[in-house]
Amino acid sequence: MADELVNVTIDGVPVAVPKGTAIIEAAKQAGVLVPHYCYHPSLPAPAVCRMCLVEVEKSPKLMPACVTTVTEGQVVHVNSDPAKKAREGVLEFLLINHPLDCPICDQSGECELQDYVFQEGRAGTRYSEFAKRYNPVEDFGPDILYVPNRCILCTRCVRFMEDVADTPVLNVSERGDRAFIGIDQSQRLDHPWSGNVVDLCPVGSLLSKDFLHKARAWDLDKTASVCPGCTQGCNITIDTRDDVVVRLRPRPNLEVNRHFMCDYGRMNYRWLNRGDRVEAPLIREGGRHVATDWDSALARLDQAVRGATGSAVILASGRASVESLGLVRRLVERPRVTAAIQVPLGDEAPLAGVPNLALRRERVPNLAGAELLGYGTAWEAAMREVLSAGLVVVLDADLSPADEAALAAAPGVVVVLGTVATDGLRNAQLVLPVTTMAEENGTYVNRDRRIQRYHQARSQPGMARPAWWIAGEVLAGPGPSPDAPATAEEAFALVGAAWPVFAGLSYADLGFTGRVLADGRPAVVGAAR
Amino acid sequence: MSAAHGAGADTHREAGYEPVFVDGTRRELERLFTQYPTKQACLLPALWMVQEARGWIAEPAIHEVAEVLGLTPAYVKGVVTFYTMYHTHPVGRHFIQVCTTSPCNICGAEAVVEALLRETGCGELGATSPDGRFTVIEVECLGACGFATPILVGDDFIESVTPEKVPAILQRYA
Amino acid sequence: MGYPHPSHPKETVVLSRYFGDPEARTYAGWVKRGGYGALRKALGMSREALVEEVKASGLRGRGGAGFPTGLKWSFMPKEVVKPHYLVCNADESEPGTFKDREIMRWTPHQLIEGCAIAAYAIGATHCYIYIRGEFTEPWQVMRAAVDEALANGALGDDVFGSGKAIQVVLHRGAGAYICGEETAMMNSIEGKRGNPRIKPPFPAVAGVFGMPTTINNVETLAAVPHIITRGAEWYKSLCLGNPKSTGTKLVSVCGHVQRPGNYEVTMGTPMRDILYDMCGGPPPGRTFKAVIPGGSSVPIMTREEAEEALFDYEGVVAKGSMLGSAGMIVMDDSTDMVYQIWRLARFYAHESCAQCTQCREGTAWTTKILERILAGNGKQADFQLLLDLAENMTGKTICVLSDSCAAPVVSGIQKFRSEFEAYIAGAREPALAAV
Repeated sequence: MADELVNVTIDGVPVAVPKGTAIIEAAKQAGVLVPHYCYHPSLPAPAVCRMCLVEVEKSPKLMPACVTTVTEGQVVHVNSDPAKKAREGVLEFLLINHPLDCPICDQSGECELQDYVFQEGRAGTRYSEFAKRYNPVEDFGPDILYVPNRCILCTRCVRFMEDVADTPVLNVSERGDRAFIGIDQSQRLDHPWSGNVVDLCPVGSLLSKDFLHKARAWDLDKTASVCPGCTQGCNITIDTRDDVVVRLRPRPNLEVNRHFMCDYGRMNYRWLNRGDRVEAPLIREGGRHVATDWDSALARLDQAVRGATGSAVILASGRASVESLGLVRRLVERPRVTAAIQVPLGDEAPLAGVPNLALRRERVPNLAGAELLGYGTAWEAAMREVLSAGLVVVLDADLSPADEAALAAAPGVVVVLGTVATDGLRNAQLVLPVTTMAEENGTYVNRDRRIQRYHQARSQPGMARPAWWIAGEVLAGPGPSPDAPATAEEAFALVGAAWPVFAGLSYADLGFTGRVLADGRPAVVGAAR
Repeated sequence: MSAAHGAGADTHREAGYEPVFVDGTRRELERLFTQYPTKQACLLPALWMVQEARGWIAEPAIHEVAEVLGLTPAYVKGVVTFYTMYHTHPVGRHFIQVCTTSPCNICGAEAVVEALLRETGCGELGATSPDGRFTVIEVECLGACGFATPILVGDDFIESVTPEKVPAILQRYA
Repeated sequence: MGYPHPSHPKETVVLSRYFGDPEARTYAGWVKRGGYGALRKALGMSREALVEEVKASGLRGRGGAGFPTGLKWSFMPKEVVKPHYLVCNADESEPGTFKDREIMRWTPHQLIEGCAIAAYAIGATHCYIYIRGEFTEPWQVMRAAVDEALANGALGDDVFGSGKAIQVVLHRGAGAYICGEETAMMNSIEGKRGNPRIKPPFPAVAGVFGMPTTINNVETLAAVPHIITRGAEWYKSLCLGNPKSTGTKLVSVCGHVQRPGNYEVTMGTPMRDILYDMCGGPPPGRTFKAVIPGGSSVPIMTREEAEEALFDYEGVVAKGSMLGSAGMIVMDDSTDMVYQIWRLARFYAHESCAQCTQCREGTAWTTKILERILAGNGKQADFQLLLDLAENMTGKTICVLSDSCAAPVVSGIQKFRSEFEAYIAGAREPALAAV
């Protein structure tokens, strides 16, 4: 529905934006960034930092761009001398008490104070003969430290907890230049979404203990991904350093998670760095597992699948991608197939201020995708099927000792596509190393039927390959074949050929924010932005 | 504003703490609720009631106020620390505030401060006298500039104080 | 009248007539002095007629902003859809100002009557009177007076049998100058930190509790009954200077004058009359050096500028300052201007709410520089530094507290530079110990 549009000119660039748009947002469309601290598109705007003051022709004073709405014919100057001088003034004021902590501050390299000071701050300080205000570091909660000396009192953290988390446990204490962010120790910062205040903090004042002194921002490789923690499908960035995942951060997606992710997802990345991986394809020979090359392993897999009579059971992890689940399902095709995915459950934790955003009970990222591909969630029933199936394929499932015992006793052929080597699978015919979601490209479908891409963030360890590659190679027949998918996108196309709901969508269509699937045809709305 | 998140009913019932909002005080608070559309608006009045009852606003009292008004303790603390008339630690029986802003400053307010610090035995600003009677602080403009130098002793607003008048004034306070 | 001194012939005594008269505090005493007649008359008029009358009188906000009161009232929605509120600003904390305190402690019913008329005019049934926490005596007097007014039907659900409801609630502040700023006051009433709000939205659209609200100063509201009784034309005729400044103003004169106190003058009265005739001039053997006419948040005037100015909104602006709250701080030649400017900067630094970067850091930094100068460690570069900071603190914040800190600094350097130079050159003994 088209809003009434207003025409404005920002630093010489004309744009037309909906009525009621703030100048700071209109400027984005003009390709102009208005420097700011306290403003954030997912928080109510208080206009306190005064960094976003811009020159508006015919206004006697500089106007704060974050709360001033556009008017027809307005001419705005973001980078004129008065506006730049005002910003230089704000930066100077911020730096008088802000310590020169850059060499020891985690935020360095991704610090908005650093960035703007380099861009337009003064070269030196005029405050040299006075002591800076000092307060000791405070422990706010299980993961969060507060360094008051670095705080610029933008109050994003206070507003997040009050307005978005609906849990006002952070305050501004005192007045004037004595002010700082405070908590009451009877209600610490342990809200399930509290980690977001660290992202929101423009400087190194609110810090994650988990990430403390772990890596320098400029050493990090940043990859767009999707959180594998639950069915919400929050968009994230995986930060790696030297191929080790060191941090997960939310990535903006206004349709899914706005700018936030929950602490459960955020802290749950260590499994991506596990070293106890299956290194090479293993085939069972002479009563034990022997490492071999992929050609031999694929040939053996082909044999096993073709040779297994009777029903098939797939025991899959809920973290497996659409591509992997789809092609493995096709691989075992026969009259009776029981395909199940594992869905561990936990408590739901909504983020009150954002509609339809919560840490979901189902702690897997691709439940919807799996269900669209014919997988069910009746795990116990599937395990019982194992006792009579001709072929059992384990797709990276987390097996309990009981599950492993059942598999050990299974009469049929057991093939494991797995990441972590476990002792209990020593009776499997084949143990083939697969990649985790951080080591491959792929797609997940979240609980709103939004299909979203995730990208490879670290290299594949050992000889691990994506599960879709393994199944795809076997499906395409022995020897090199143009039908064997070489990329995740090709695998996705193969899945679309068998399941119409996924047909007709390219990876480019999915972009960085995904598309909502509908009724077997890809939807155009929920546009990738 | 949501109700206090996670704050149980007993967070303020620290050992030995007697609640303020019982009996008559509670009834007065309930009466105040009828004068404002939100309970939150009763925060400043409620804090005054605590200070009137106890002389200062202790941590358990902050929790009690939070619970009674459906706010978080952190929120209440943010308000308490903003307003300088609320004491967050014990003070002398008679709390003396002396205006030293410019209009009174040019009429000798600093000499009045010195006389008070000397005669009370407090010695320095913010300290409580050894006999526990007085605490003296400097405050900003008290709104009686034509009657320099004004002081507040507890709730008693005394105008036109000079160093010479200080001993007689102090004698009125046991 | 120049309480505690008798009225001076050059005063125009309207609001201050009964200052010092204890009987005027009582309901009966006030009625005997003609009180509550205006409220009865107003209840028989339409809201529009009341607003027009106040507009025509030329009454302007007496708290310091000088905004036309009738115009402010007219911003309220014509139809009462959501509850309307009147807030009376009795937070009087502007250094030099002490008139509202007198109105409340001597003539509480004058204020209550004004609030009642204003509340009715703007369609409000609830009026909050925000009294600063330090005003213990006005609080007690107002409490007793509100109770009396209620008992006598001047307030309540059916005021004087008119069928109209007007309730007055006294709300006590707790030590924050910034709560005198109207949007900060609304936050304070709501039980929040006294942070000023950004405008828009304006109070008449979304004020206290998000409802349409008008905030008026004590003196402004105290003038309303007189305007209703004696008419807008009468009020407008009280004008000795610019026709846009009408009525009387309570001038709170303090500092180095022989007779400090409140003096009620017709707008446009020469400042010289106030300083010399009414207040008796400087103490014996001294001469005036500086006058800050409008409470401390306005530029400092030299003696010459003050002696030439007409005391109304435009007249004071013409001489480089502002009328503000008319809290006139008078300094004679014994005054250390640098010290007093430092003391004012310290005041603003103490009172800053901490929202805006320029105010939070700038008021404190300005104070430190002045301290350094007073301690004998000033430098020539400090002039430009102070002026730069003042420029960065002016016109860039949510409210004007930081502008108010800049005003005495800029005007002080402009007009009393030699006193700063004396400290910097070491020609004057340090007034403060080095930190």
